Amino acid sequence: MGIKILTEHINVPGIETLEVYRKHGGYRSVEKAIKTMTPDEVVEEVKTSGLRGRGGAGFPAGMKWSFLAKPEGVPRYLVCNADESEPGTFKDRVFMEKNPHALIEGMITSSYALGANTSYIYIRGELLFILRILEKAIAEAYAAGLLGKNILGSGYDLDLHVAPGGGAYICGEETALLESLEGKRGNPRNKPPFPAVKGLFASPTVVNNVETIASVPWIVNNTGAEYAKIGVGRSTGTKLISASGNINRPGVYEIELGVPVEEFIYSDEYCGGIWKGKQLKAVVPGGSSVPILPADLIMKTAAGEQRLMTYESLSDGGFVSGSMLGSGAFIVFDEDQCIVRNTWNYARFYHHESCGQCSPCREGTGWMERVLHRIEHGHGHQQDIDLLVSVAKQIEGNTICPLGDAAAWPVASAIRHFREEFEWHIKHPQEATAPGAVYRGQLAAATV
Amino acid sequence: MAKITFDGIEVEVEDGTTILQAARKIGGDVVPPAMCFYTPLKGSGGKCRVCLVKVTQGSARDPRPMPKLVASCITPVQDGMVVENTTNEDVLNARKGIVEMLLINHPLDCPVCDQAGECDLQNLSYEHGVSATRYEEPRRTFDKVDLGPYIQLHMTRCILCYRCVYTADQITEKRVHGVLGRGDAAEIGTYIENVIDNDFSGNVIDVCPVGALTDKTWRFKNRVWFTKPLNAHRDCPTCSGKVTLWGRGDTVLRVTARKDEYAEVEEFICNTCRFDKKEMSDWTIEGPRHIDRGSVISANHYELPVVNVPIVPNLPKSTVKKMPTE
Repeated sequence: MGIKILTEHINVPGIETLEVYRKHGGYRSVEKAIKTMTPDEVVEEVKTSGLRGRGGAGFPAGMKWSFLAKPEGVPRYLVCNADESEPGTFKDRVFMEKNPHALIEGMITSSYALGANTSYIYIRGELLFILRILEKAIAEAYAAGLLGKNILGSGYDLDLHVAPGGGAYICGEETALLESLEGKRGNPRNKPPFPAVKGLFASPTVVNNVETIASVPWIVNNTGAEYAKIGVGRSTGTKLISASGNINRPGVYEIELGVPVEEFIYSDEYCGGIWKGKQLKAVVPGGSSVPILPADLIMKTAAGEQRLMTYESLSDGGFVSGSMLGSGAFIVFDEDQCIVRNTWNYARFYHHESCGQCSPCREGTGWMERVLHRIEHGHGHQQDIDLLVSVAKQIEGNTICPLGDAAAWPVASAIRHFREEFEWHIKHPQEATAPGAVYRGQLAAATV
Repeated sequence: MAKITFDGIEVEVEDGTTILQAARKIGGDVVPPAMCFYTPLKGSGGKCRVCLVKVTQGSARDPRPMPKLVASCITPVQDGMVVENTTNEDVLNARKGIVEMLLINHPLDCPVCDQAGECDLQNLSYEHGVSATRYEEPRRTFDKVDLGPYIQLHMTRCILCYRCVYTADQITEKRVHGVLGRGDAAEIGTYIENVIDNDFSGNVIDVCPVGALTDKTWRFKNRVWFTKPLNAHRDCPTCSGKVTLWGRGDTVLRVTARKDEYAEVEEFICNTCRFDKKEMSDWTIEGPRHIDRGSVISANHYELPVVNVPIVPNLPKSTVKKMPTE
C-alpha cells in the first residue's frame, strides 16, 4: 500500500461536513500558511515538491505559479479547472463529491500563495449535484471564518465562487474556460498572452486542475521536500488514476507515481487483472486524447525497459512507441474490443466537441469521423487509411488549442499500431460489420 | 525597433508589430495570406491558420526555434527573429493542408458567386489548393437565414473568420448577429430572426473574405471583372464618403469602400453611400482606381492591350509561384 495523500480520509463517514473534516486534520494548511508563512514561501514549497499539473499536460505547478505577473493595483485570480470532461476521466468528480472541503482548503492555501482575493471553481455543467455539495461546503467555510474577510484574523480576504459551465469539453482548455467564466462563448484564446499575464477579466490568472490544488495542503503541512521523496525522478507525489474498461476492479485509485503498469493492471490492489481472464489487447493510459498502445508496448518500452506509471516512462519512445500519462484515465481494452470502432467513437467525440474557431480542427475532426464511420460500417477504401493519417497530420500542431492534437493523436496512433485491423475492416466489410466481429490476427501474432 | 529576417530579407519594424505586418512591409511574394486577420478590426486573426509561418530563431536573446508553426498575424516580432514562409517546405505543406480543409465543405459555386474574381479563398486555392478533392462525403449545408433587404448570407460559403462579428462589434452600435453552434455546425446567424440594420451594417460585406455576405443590391447584376472601378466621393454626413464605384458605362452597379492590396478597407462607409447612391450624379468622380490585388480584377482596365503581351498583364507574381513538388 502506497501513501495516500488525496484519498486518505475519503471514505470517512461525514467527511463532507466541516466538523468531521477538521477532526481529521482539515484546514491545518490554511492556518500554517496564513499564520506562519509568506505567500512566496508557499510558492517555494510547491516548487520544491515538483508537483506537476494533473489536468493532462503535466507542467510543473510551482513554475506556473512563479510565472504569474504581479503588477500593482491589478487583481489576481486563481481558477480551479473542475471541467473534467476527457472521456475516461472521472477522478475529480469522485474527489469533489466525497471530500469537497479538501478542494476548498487547497483553494484557500493556493489563493493565499498567489495573492488572489477572488477565486473560482469552474465546474462542468453536468456535475450540478457536485456544485451543490461544493456550495454547501463553501457556506460552512464562510461561517467558520475560513473564507470571506479577514480569514483567521490574518487580514487576508478571499471570496470563493463556484461557476458551472454548459457541459462543453472545450471549456476544459484553460483559455476557453476563462472566456466561458467571463460569460462569453467558450472559444480558446490565441496565446500569447498567456493567462499568467492576461487571464480572467484581463488580469493575471492561474488555472489549475482540482487534483493539483488539492495536493497543495499536504505539501504545506509536510513540506515540499517530503512530497518530492514520493514517486520517481521528476514524477513526484501521488496521482489519481481513473481506471476503466475491461478490468475486474474499475474505479479511482491513488497511486504513488512509479508503480509498474503491469502491476497496476494485474495487482488485486488496483485493477485486478483483465475481466474474465481474457487477453489484454490495448491500453489508452491517459484519457482518450493520448495515443493508444498495444499490449506489448504498454508493458515494456521499445527499448525493453519496464513501463512505469510516470510522466516520463509512459511517454518514452515519443509518439512512435510511447504515449502519455495525461489526466490519468487508464482505459483497458481486452481481446474482444474493436479498435476501429473505438477510434471512430473517439473521433465522433472530438467532432462533436470542436469549437469551430480554427479551420483545421473544425473541418478535420468532422472529416476523420466520417471516414472512420465509413470504414467501421463496411464502406471503406484502401486509400482511406492513408487519408486518415494525412488528415490527422494536417490538424496536428496547426490549431489554436490542443483539441486539434487531441483529436489527431488517437487516430494516428490507432493506425500506427493496429493498421492490420483497419485493413481487415476494409478488405472484409461483411465479416467486419457482423455483430461482435473483432479482428484477432494481430493479437495472435503479438503473443507468439 | 526590432530587426527581423523574413525569408532571408531583413526588415526593421516597430516593437510589437506582428510578423504578418512586418512581411507586408517587405511586400510582394513573401507575404503570408490572411483570411481572418483584418488590420482595422481589433482582436481579429489567429483563426483561419493559413498565415502559419516557421520561426527558426525566436529572438537574438533566445535563439531557440518555436516548436510549432505560428500564426504570423498574431505573433509579435522580437529583435533578431528569423522567420521562414515561402522558403520552408513545412509551412507550404501545412498551408496546403489548411486550404484543403477550408475547401472540403465549401460549395465551390464560384460560377454563380458574386464574390468570384475578388475572393480571397479563390485566390488562395489557386495558389495553394490541390486540383482534386479527397473528400467524398456530402458537403455541409445550412438552413437559409434572411438578414434583411441589403445583406445576403450564404452560410455554405462561410469560413468562420469572425470578421463580420468584430465589425459589428466595433463599428456599429449594436451587434445582432454572431456565431451560433460549434464545431463544423457553427454558423453565422441572428438566433431569433432579425434584420442587420444600422448605418454601418453594410461593411460586413466588405470585410467578408469569401462570398458568404454579399450585397443584395448588386446580386447577379454582373461579374466583378467586367465592371470598372472608379474612385469617387460625396459629401456624406455619416461617413467620409470616399468610395470605389464599380460600373459599366454610366451605370453604377456597386459601391464599396476603398480597399488596399490586402483587401483591407481604408475607411468604412455608411449604408446610404453603399446601397442608395447608385447614380453617377450622386458622386464626384476622382478617376480610375488602380486595383493591386492578387486576383483577376487586378487586370488593368485602362491600358490598351499590346501585341505579345499577356491578356492579363498585371497579375502579381505570387499567382504564378512554383510550388515544391511532393
